Amino acid sequence: MSEDTLLSARGLGLRFGAVPALVDVDAELWPGEVLAVVGESGSGKTTLLNVLSGRLRPQAGVVWYRDPEGRLHDVHAMPLPALRALHRSDWGFVHQNPRENLRMGVSAGGNVGERLMAQGARHYGRIREEAIAWLRQVEIDADRVDDLPRSFSGGMLQRLQIARTLVTHPRLVFMDEPTGGLDVSVQARLLDLVRSLVARLGIAAVLVTHDLAVARLLAHRIVVMQRGRVVEAGLTDQVLDDPQHEYTQLLVSSVLQA
Amino acid sequence: MNTGYNFAYLDEQTKRMVRRAILKAVAVPGHQVPFGSREMPLPYGWGTGGIQITASIIGPGDVLKVIDQGADDTTNAVSIRRFFARTAGVAPTTRTEHATIIQTRHRIPEKTLREDQIIVYQVPQPEPLSRLEPSRAETRRMHALSEYGLMQVKLYEDITRYGHVAISYDYPVMVNFRYLMAPSPIPAFDNPKLHMMPALQLFGAGREKRIYAVPPWTDVRSLDFDDHPFRATRAPHPCGLCGATDSYLDEVVVDDRGGRLFVCSDTDHCETRRQAGANPLAAE
Amino acid sequence: MNGPARTMLRTLSLDKTFTLHLRNGLRIPVLRNVALAVQAGECVALTGPSGAGKSTLLRALYGNYRADAGHIWVRHDDRMTDIAAAPPRTVVQVRAATLGYVSQFLRVVPRVAALDIVAEAARGPDPATARARAEALLLRLNIPRRLHALPPATFSGGEQQRVNLARGFIGGHPVLLLDEPTASLDAANRDIVIAMIREAKTRSVAIVGIFHDTTVRDAVADRSYEVTPLQEAA
Repeated sequence: MSEDTLLSARGLGLRFGAVPALVDVDAELWPGEVLAVVGESGSGKTTLLNVLSGRLRPQAGVVWYRDPEGRLHDVHAMPLPALRALHRSDWGFVHQNPRENLRMGVSAGGNVGERLMAQGARHYGRIREEAIAWLRQVEIDADRVDDLPRSFSGGMLQRLQIARTLVTHPRLVFMDEPTGGLDVSVQARLLDLVRSLVARLGIAAVLVTHDLAVARLLAHRIVVMQRGRVVEAGLTDQVLDDPQHEYTQLLVSSVLQA
Repeated sequence: MNTGYNFAYLDEQTKRMVRRAILKAVAVPGHQVPFGSREMPLPYGWGTGGIQITASIIGPGDVLKVIDQGADDTTNAVSIRRFFARTAGVAPTTRTEHATIIQTRHRIPEKTLREDQIIVYQVPQPEPLSRLEPSRAETRRMHALSEYGLMQVKLYEDITRYGHVAISYDYPVMVNFRYLMAPSPIPAFDNPKLHMMPALQLFGAGREKRIYAVPPWTDVRSLDFDDHPFRATRAPHPCGLCGATDSYLDEVVVDDRGGRLFVCSDTDHCETRRQAGANPLAAE
Repeated sequence: MNGPARTMLRTLSLDKTFTLHLRNGLRIPVLRNVALAVQAGECVALTGPSGAGKSTLLRALYGNYRADAGHIWVRHDDRMTDIAAAPPRTVVQVRAATLGYVSQFLRVVPRVAALDIVAEAARGPDPATARARAEALLLRLNIPRRLHALPPATFSGGEQQRVNLARGFIGGHPVLLLDEPTASLDAANRDIVIAMIREAKTRSVAIVGIFHDTTVRDAVADRSYEVTPLQEAA
């Protein structure tokens, strides 16, 4: 692991019974960069995301994480309280379905403020102000702060999830098909929001997507997976414009041009 | 005393089991300890947890006070007192200051307790997070990892919706800076009494099979926000019988024309004050 | 040109062959042994027949196409960095600070206003300054103010290309790669682009460009590099 990598995985292996989900997978992530993991269903990309984020334990290999003080941690050897605390502070996870990561019976402000309260924030006024500031950042009207997410559209829910995740200024965000469930017209706005937030806040991200256009738009580097293996990796535009591996060429040529 | 039963109804092995649970609970203030709750001769919801604790710690020399909603003369209090009279023969009292053990449902006596006293609370639901998180496995994890953000979110929501925390009884507290605890359905007014109490506080939930404890002189704080601090609220009236302005009041309907009277919920407190000459017309 | 000549971009033994796995591994060699050097303040025009590989070479210089062999040195942070061998992270850094590229067609980002597309590429100044510069540049390229707040998806080809040019030039990169910068432009706008290229040269920007329009080429190029089509098929 080089001096400044944020996350580094070596030799990851995982089988679900006879099915190889990950086979000898390496991955690295530097601060402030976006890494896209693309592949078709069954490629292992979501499994990789779950292993990198500590949610799923690999059978082989190791995932190293460098904390803000520069210390290295083996993600899967961390005690559970530490890993859970990490997920609430320096890490974030944006799910494809925002309802999985939101409390639908709690106001937008409460949802955004929860991580702050979990870290000990005890001033109602300041928590609410911070929540409002973040709602503005994700282009949700500030006067929705006391509204329940039940009344939000799909795109708004996803943006609320993002606000809820970013409120503790994570350096690393894992995203699983963040625009997957959204209407196409809504996707564009959300993608642009993610793009500008990531750039402005210097967030590093691992982004799983089956949509090459999303990868091209958001990611600096890309990893192409097929049946649990990394078949090609490199600069996003280079891999997508000059694919070397047969499978990558197939993927790229299969994309319909609107 | 009815000689058909062991002293205080429970067999000695059961008492030891309960005492072991109590010791564990005292060693980890606010932490819920599971125990093998026994079949008692009254149904769940009538104080079986509290009774089992009292039965396990009471001895022939103890003096027992039992109150329900602050009163010594309500049905529940009378029944439990009679139960211990029949099975243990210990001296009963209505005077807080004479009791060595006080078993209570839903109130803490107004009189400050002493180091040589034990107060036993009857608890319906020991899990403070039960209404926010339906999974018991998850709440256990939350207690183990000290992840109480969810409760703070609930308070946040109350303030957002009502302008203040809308919890009037069983108000959650942080015990010894570590465990979130349900103090039983005592009014929020009583919460400050939990803090640094000289007496040992034991909590028993018979149906849920949990015991927890707050040792003497323990830090117990009601959850709040810095800019919305916890306030103990009571009805803004003096007691209609003794004139007290700082005790928790019951509202009593006195006739069928809507007439009502506010009186001290703690009957012993009120009685003692009246015997000493206090009355509602005297200046306080 | 000011001061002594400084090599900003240099290639050596640059090879590029496309292997089409979906066509049974058909190999198409395009570049062989390309040796090109560009000085600060100089504009080199890539010439050669259509399909010879000019665009391929330009994209290879940007790292958009992968070189099979050889070196592509770019003077980045005053050191010659070989982007053909550098890890992706380094290429990202070189592109951010040193190497700019104006493609032939604007790749449209949906729902982002033209002004924001250009302002984002400004690198460095605060958002207000970036937007002011972007606005000035768009106006210079005859994109009227009423279009600045609109996403370019509905613009004409010429308008899109001018947004693209604004985005490419605003960054102030010391090395600039231009792929048919005036292809969709009328004469008036073409002249504006010529002026912009000339100004860049006086600022010591090194430029490599493909100019189909000989007027433009003659107006800005200091010399040419001929890309000859490779005869062999494999």
